[in-house]
Amino acid sequence: MSDATTNATQGHLLGRTQVEDLFIVPAFALVAALIIGTVVMLATGVTLSTIGQSYVALLRGSVGSVNAVSETLTAALPLILAGLGLALGFRAGLFNIGAEGQIIMGGLAAVVAGVALGDLPKVFALPGALAAGALVGAFYASIAGWLKAATGAHEVISTIMLNLISYRLLDYLLRTPLIQKEGRADPISKSVPDAAELPKLLTFIDVNLRLHAGIFLTLVMVFVAYWLLFRSKLGFEFRASGENPIAARVAGMNASLTIVLAMAIAGSLAGLAGANQTLGVLDRATPGFSAGIGFDAIAVALLGRSHPIGVLFAGLLFGALEAGGRQMQVDAGVSIDLIGIIQSLVIVFIAAPLLVKAIFPWGFKRSGTP
Amino acid sequence: MGIMRQKPLLALAVGLLALFGATTSEAFTACQVTDTGGIDDNSFNQTAWKGVLDAQEAFGIEGRFLESQAETDYDANINSLIGGACDVIFTIGFLLGDATEKAARANPDQPFSIVDFAYDPEIPNVLGQVYATDEAAFLAGYLAAGMTETKILGTFGGINIPPVTIFMDGFVRGANHWNAEKGDTVTVLGWDLESREGLFTNNFDNLDDGRAFAQNLYDEGADIVLPVAGPVGLGSATLADELGTEKLKIIGVDADLFFTDSERQHVYLTSIMKRMDSTVAQVIEKTMKGEFAGGLLVGTLENGGVGIAPFHDMDSIVPDDLKAELQALQAGIIDGRISVSD
Repeated sequence: MSDATTNATQGHLLGRTQVEDLFIVPAFALVAALIIGTVVMLATGVTLSTIGQSYVALLRGSVGSVNAVSETLTAALPLILAGLGLALGFRAGLFNIGAEGQIIMGGLAAVVAGVALGDLPKVFALPGALAAGALVGAFYASIAGWLKAATGAHEVISTIMLNLISYRLLDYLLRTPLIQKEGRADPISKSVPDAAELPKLLTFIDVNLRLHAGIFLTLVMVFVAYWLLFRSKLGFEFRASGENPIAARVAGMNASLTIVLAMAIAGSLAGLAGANQTLGVLDRATPGFSAGIGFDAIAVALLGRSHPIGVLFAGLLFGALEAGGRQMQVDAGVSIDLIGIIQSLVIVFIAAPLLVKAIFPWGFKRSGTP
Repeated sequence: MGIMRQKPLLALAVGLLALFGATTSEAFTACQVTDTGGIDDNSFNQTAWKGVLDAQEAFGIEGRFLESQAETDYDANINSLIGGACDVIFTIGFLLGDATEKAARANPDQPFSIVDFAYDPEIPNVLGQVYATDEAAFLAGYLAAGMTETKILGTFGGINIPPVTIFMDGFVRGANHWNAEKGDTVTVLGWDLESREGLFTNNFDNLDDGRAFAQNLYDEGADIVLPVAGPVGLGSATLADELGTEKLKIIGVDADLFFTDSERQHVYLTSIMKRMDSTVAQVIEKTMKGEFAGGLLVGTLENGGVGIAPFHDMDSIVPDDLKAELQALQAGIIDGRISVSD
């Protein structure tokens, strides 16, 4: 830990301990999860040949073709964006459970802004819609930040409640004439006009490839989050508040402002994740369009050890599991629920690095002495 | 969970096929994308899949399915079936309407058939399967009104969308028809014909909601409840099982739940059935003969595409003259003497 802290404070990109944390632990955790997944499948009566077939399908469906890579990336982008926001919050000592609600509000705002700006040229409409998503996400998250700063309300509780409010608010807003699609009785938003859409990147190869320009947004945000966290004064204040809030206050940092800002930035990234979905993948907002991304992103942020680069790779892993899991169903007829089990096992093992180190001792530098 | 037991065999077959070269696509393959209810929802996804399995038995075809866990999966799931592996792709449910349209327009040579949805104007490579469910629901409403002790019936839906509310429309109108015939005052809680508002769980997967909504209706006096929310209704059935069927009876939807929910089969007064298995099998047969065409296939009381299930365990408590009235009512609806839509 002290090694990691030193590296982080001195601005090294990655130290030995971090390499172990970010890559070796997840790799072994994945292996352990696949082994236990095999046991679970055997226990439910799946034959060995089908299990082998399904793991081949997992690989094929995640990286085995252009379409597979496109699907992996498409699934990974919102997880990375929301995960970055959560990672920033975790670094500042805020356990923000509210990404789901922030995704909903941000994604919906992006649709509304996209529809409103649809007649403008793309250079205005698309950035405008994205900015609306980020701003509304930031606003929604900063409610919880403000509640904590002003009243001491714990962010875990307030963000969970804000999630619940956002679900019903979405159901309600999707039925208002401003947002609801013309001629439809069910809750569904107007379609995002072309000008505000994140353009598909690979349709010249095959019209069914879904990868969109959100990938550039995501990569830029990984860099921005890294710079913010490790190179800026604000990021230093976030980390100082997270490590030791009392010391941070004594050192003259404004704790309340730090909390609200950290929540707002986390919310803006989650809002961008929502905008990424509505403008890039779905072209509209529907009930449940957030699809649990905000909760998966918590796992992604923890898995990535709250480090932007770690979040990037954790998001890619989750995206690969999602895309590959689909292929497992198609090729081997294995239940999608099993992918959920394997994902959860990966998280359990990564959350317990000591367990992974105990199972696979040869992968790690000996560090018995303090 | 009947489907689960068939998975390993099917999986093995598909697995072997893939092992010995993915190009062995001589066998006709029917593929299905479920909505978020899942393949074993004891409801329309499962019934449609039964149509594929029936066709598998009858014509020796291959069947594959993909379950959707969230609305964001629809496009992705349909996409992963495109590319020549499937001779016809079934998408199950209204919620897949937009995703199916998008995929069908991008892949005009791929036959699609969507259950519970219709396009206006039609898309040449999509065959919509729709059901005049209100005809069967009308019978169920009349039956329930004749059976209730408390003179109060209850219903709730998954989402306020036409394929759900058509059940509730027919049910309420059937009960109203009873009132008009008998000068009775049976009321239906949970759906207002005029305002088009009512009780909705806003999901199709939370069994706890099914239990809670049925409990609320029971507390308000309802002794027969019609849940129109796929597997959510199983939660209501659990409540009826615990309370006892003399206090609360359930009317199933989509499939005959007496068979698909065998653990709680005694709580079902009847089920309002959409025979998706029969229409799906029909579409497969047509496609195999090369007669696939886009358009519309409507299931009615007349062609057996919809109907109410037998009373099974409850048969002895349904009075004979009520049974006779239902027979007459069904004949009246089929020949148009009785309208179910006003």
